[in-house]
Amino acid sequence: MRNQQATKLLFEMSRPGRRSHHLPALPAGSETVTDLLPAEQLADAPPPLPELSEGDVVRHFVNLSTQNMSVDTHFYPLGSCTMKYNPKRNERMASLGGIVDVHPLQDDESIQGMLQLLHELQGMFAEISGLPGVSMQPAAGAHGELAALFVAAAYFADKGETSRKVVLTADSAHGTNPASAQMAGFSTKTVKSGPNGLVDVEDLKSKLGDDTAVFMLTNPNTLGLFDAQVQEIADLVHQAGGLIYLDGANMNAILGITRPGDFGADLMHYNPHKTFSGPHGGGGPGAGPICVRDFLAPYLPGPIVEEHAGEFRCVNPAKSIGRVRSFFGNVGVLVRAYVYIRTYGKEGLRKVSEDALLGANYLLSKVKHFLDVPHGDRCMHEFVASASRLKKEKHLSAMDIAKRILDYGFHAPTVYFPLVVDEAVMVEPTETESKETLDAFAEALFRITEESDDLIQDAPLSTKISRPDDVTAARRPILRWTDPAS
Amino acid sequence: MSRDKTKLLYAETHEWVDVAEENGQQVATIGISDFAIEQLNDLVYMELPEVGKALDAGDEFGEVESVKAVSPLYSPIAGEVTDVHEGLPDELDNLNSDPFNFGWIVKIKITDASGLESLMDYAAYQKQCAESG
Repeated sequence: MRNQQATKLLFEMSRPGRRSHHLPALPAGSETVTDLLPAEQLADAPPPLPELSEGDVVRHFVNLSTQNMSVDTHFYPLGSCTMKYNPKRNERMASLGGIVDVHPLQDDESIQGMLQLLHELQGMFAEISGLPGVSMQPAAGAHGELAALFVAAAYFADKGETSRKVVLTADSAHGTNPASAQMAGFSTKTVKSGPNGLVDVEDLKSKLGDDTAVFMLTNPNTLGLFDAQVQEIADLVHQAGGLIYLDGANMNAILGITRPGDFGADLMHYNPHKTFSGPHGGGGPGAGPICVRDFLAPYLPGPIVEEHAGEFRCVNPAKSIGRVRSFFGNVGVLVRAYVYIRTYGKEGLRKVSEDALLGANYLLSKVKHFLDVPHGDRCMHEFVASASRLKKEKHLSAMDIAKRILDYGFHAPTVYFPLVVDEAVMVEPTETESKETLDAFAEALFRITEESDDLIQDAPLSTKISRPDDVTAARRPILRWTDPAS
Repeated sequence: MSRDKTKLLYAETHEWVDVAEENGQQVATIGISDFAIEQLNDLVYMELPEVGKALDAGDEFGEVESVKAVSPLYSPIAGEVTDVHEGLPDELDNLNSDPFNFGWIVKIKITDASGLESLMDYAAYQKQCAESG
């Protein structure tokens, strides 16, 4: 039986006067806080903080940490999120003294090593994307989208094409695409997918016009399909005077195989936490570097590192939209991306994508025998199955499957995204998983589809927290602890 | 007076529309269908427009969030918002159980009725739902 003591709330464990420190007494005659501050600045009472020993606090957090799933503890096939295992080598390199003990306010000549690293990384991002202008300022993928759309807006304003106010997004797009467009001052229109899950080109044509600013495309798309119409799409958008934005969320599938710049994209962002093994999730810090064509580079957010005769220095592009983050963004994440890219090299990066494709297609070939996969027998780095038939036959939903798989010791796949698939179960195994792991996961999924629905509707049964009431949690969330005694 | 769902018009995006004459004006009352609610699962949040907002056919006038997804609400016709069901976001349970009466969301004074032509009757809408479900 698990000891509940250590996982109580800190407030519940608090006892008056319990301490993990002892401060020396003030010398006799010292001024107190009431002498030093005017009365109106003083609180009526000390804040009600929990009082605990150091051991209480350490056990609390260590025990909590063991109740979660992570890429370091479990297979984590969360589709769209690319939860691959991150090599520990990255962490070692990123914590070297020369990396962590420098400050962006130092003179450029005293941080030449860091600037060289950032300059080389700019070059790698440009080479991998086929887009030569690079800014590493944005602090997350969606932040990169927003910054790139500001770049597009500045470009159109500069050309006097102020009527270009519409950003087109695919109906299978990440929700961040239309959100970024709105925040950047554009209005949005949705382009439909055809029954094959790819962009409906006729629908796109009907929405293009002299108000078109940007078409935001994810390729491979969120269904795990590479849209081979992309060159035709790019030509149509360019003929209408618009730009193509490539949501780089799925770059993990095409590294070294093809490049956004080669298939018509004008702007894009990377998600280093997916593609280049930056730390996953947790709300940051993150990075969302953006790459653009030459003619858009003058508008990029600075600073950008340039080399002149072996010397590295920071410059701001001529017509820069300004900074979107302090200094260089989150450099620690960029260093991990640098180490990852240098470690793999050209051939290695291509192998990363090939293995991601192989793993996903292998898993698809097993899963399709017991879950429908509406968009075909082949995929890129992920695929979207549907629990629609199970829901009709057994009242077993995508959410039920996701909850039950936790009992088998796997993190859940993504469910209910993308929205174009009913009861979507989106699986992305990533390139770091062995055949044994993929087999075990497929077996677990299959067993769930055979289980009784009563059992599954109560799942998970083995986790510390059983199924929460997400409706009440969303409608009437309890966001802070209140003292039951008060 | 209870609304008969078989007499309403429906948009492809699952809004229902009830057109009536009020004070000599054509006014559309708009909500979302029982099928949409079943597809979304339990609703947890709703955002409403302000009275006076001008809308073109196809414009977003609000959004609903369920435990599954956030979905925009589209106005099937051009007009001006004249009334909003203010308390509705706090009574989503009742919207779930009675989408066609209690669950009305906005009233729109129609300025251009041409959007009505692209709407479906109940039978055509049922057919769309059967095909997508």
